Amino acid sequence: MSASDNLIPVIVSKVVEVNSIIKRFEFKHINGDALPAFSGGAHIVVEMIDGATKRKNAYSLMSSPFKLGQYAISVRREDDGRGGSKFMHEKVVPGMEMKISAPVNLFALDLRAKKHLMIAGGIGITPFMAQMTQATELGLPFELHYAARSASQAAYMGSLKAQFGDAVACYCADIGDRLNLEALLSDQPLGTHVYVCGPKGMIEAVVQTATNLGWPAAHIHFEHFLSPPMGKAFSVHLAKAGIDIDVGPEQSLLEAIEASGTPVNCLCRAGACGQCETQIVACDGDITHNDHWLEDDQRASKKFIMPCVSRFSGKRLELDL
Amino acid sequence: MTIQFRNETFRNDFTYANSPGNIPRFPFPFPEDEYMYSTNVEPHHATRVGSPFEHGFDVDEHYVAEMKDRALVLADDPGRCQALPHMETAGWDFVELVMVSKARDYPDLFELTMEGDQWHWINKPLQIDDKFTFGDASTLPCHPMEYIGRQVQGDHAILDQRDGNLWLDAGIITAQADWSLDFDVGMNFFEWHAPVPLAHELGVFQRALKFLLSLPQGQPSRRLNWTLTVNPRLDTSPENYPKWGPDKLSVTPDNIGEKIHLRVELQTFWRLPRSNAILFPIRTYLMAMNEVVTQPKWGRRLHRVIRDLRPELVEYKGLSRYHPMLVEWLSKYDDGAPTSPGIFPD
Repeated sequence: MSASDNLIPVIVSKVVEVNSIIKRFEFKHINGDALPAFSGGAHIVVEMIDGATKRKNAYSLMSSPFKLGQYAISVRREDDGRGGSKFMHEKVVPGMEMKISAPVNLFALDLRAKKHLMIAGGIGITPFMAQMTQATELGLPFELHYAARSASQAAYMGSLKAQFGDAVACYCADIGDRLNLEALLSDQPLGTHVYVCGPKGMIEAVVQTATNLGWPAAHIHFEHFLSPPMGKAFSVHLAKAGIDIDVGPEQSLLEAIEASGTPVNCLCRAGACGQCETQIVACDGDITHNDHWLEDDQRASKKFIMPCVSRFSGKRLELDL
Repeated sequence: MTIQFRNETFRNDFTYANSPGNIPRFPFPFPEDEYMYSTNVEPHHATRVGSPFEHGFDVDEHYVAEMKDRALVLADDPGRCQALPHMETAGWDFVELVMVSKARDYPDLFELTMEGDQWHWINKPLQIDDKFTFGDASTLPCHPMEYIGRQVQGDHAILDQRDGNLWLDAGIITAQADWSLDFDVGMNFFEWHAPVPLAHELGVFQRALKFLLSLPQGQPSRRLNWTLTVNPRLDTSPENYPKWGPDKLSVTPDNIGEKIHLRVELQTFWRLPRSNAILFPIRTYLMAMNEVVTQPKWGRRLHRVIRDLRPELVEYKGLSRYHPMLVEWLSKYDDGAPTSPGIFPD
């Protein structure tokens, strides 16, 4: 079972250039039907057919969970990336037919919270846009702290202030405005939950600061917007299928397995959900584990790999697929 | 197809029975001649017209009587329906899922009209005709979970998902096989399964939890679970043990065929869209031994399963007192012939 088995056919209804590096894409169901309901923090997987290459990238839904006529995502262009964001920026135009997965939420609001404290870095703003709409509708207290390199690169900063007023605080590094995590996290009412989405360093800083201040782990929530890291090409043997497959430098192992027609479970495609956990039959070499799922002892055992984000270098890797 | 709803009881005079046409559609839980725990989960796809797997929420001839029995239980013990404060959104998800499914799958019985958040729901078998604002609990007579839970067969637990675990934070539970919502509410997946023998050591719950945490929207799953119950009693709760526990003493070789019922739970799992919770319907089907053995395959197989059941399971399922008597009785229906694979009758 995999979320990408039941893809939803959609039409690109709108493409908006938000700034020089970010574009917003809106999708409608091809039949005009309502799209599936979702909760703030959910993402969809977008299938991109780029000639002979099929890519699948996950993007957070930023549109209102209460308006299901269309979905919206924002994509930051990564010129050094694997090509997914470039494809979205260069090839995707209004009227185009695409396929998306049903929403999956690995970053949901904890509805028991007395207050929701949201911390966004850069394009990490997108899941919070849906969450803030949800929190407003449900009457949940929240605050957003949004940090970016510069105002010109900070997508939606102006409109968020206009829409949510004092609940939004912005920090632009180029004018020396910095978010003081220590001060923010040391003065919150009991029962507050903190959510962070942004670059790796920011997530680590929030988790570390909150932990040092004595926040319960269950009140700290984070989401990495991780795309599969690139690397050198490698080959893998799929034991059950009895075939060898090649993984290209810009391709993930999961994508290569899918391209071979071999069934494999998956959901988030970002090393977080655990669905694609695969057993290793034999490994003569090194695995670069890029996931957030496996335990340290599982990694050390060389018995498990998360093909959506992890890579291999060495003589031979044999998987139980 | 119009369903003839039976006028029957699940208590006192126990007039519950399956009509002959309903027997072959019973979800017999044993695909093989022996039974052991497994994480026997499969997609809850529409399967086999006329079977209980044809629709997401099966409606059968016992619907109206079951809903009457639920009302009696709730009147007596309101604690059978509880929702922690953060579970209201999940209650609305449950309302939507059931209403949309039933109106689509049984258009002659249920009607739903949605104009934005203004909903109009007609439930003909229960003679309900209500208009309400979706998302506004003040427009319903009670909590959304209770409102729809009184109109859908089976018990329903709603599991909140957080911290890499599932939490039993809401439910409407009136037909349970000896577990208590009042005791379990707020527990996590491992806590509420703690009393189950053997399965923890087999890692069944670790695997099941992992599976459920990544259950996708729109792709529900199902499994069957089973036990035996004396008399067709839906409410075999710990709270009411003094009422049903002594029934076990009433079983004799002469009445065993009518007294002992195979109790099957069709458990399904649904990701709820707005709350990100999981809806866990536990739909109970009851069938007297006399009715089971009208299907020769089921008679043969049930004898083999019950005869070879591991002692821990005989104890856990509460069968010790009449187990040898039942094996003896069932042996009359087992001629030793091989059985075909799968659960459906030949």
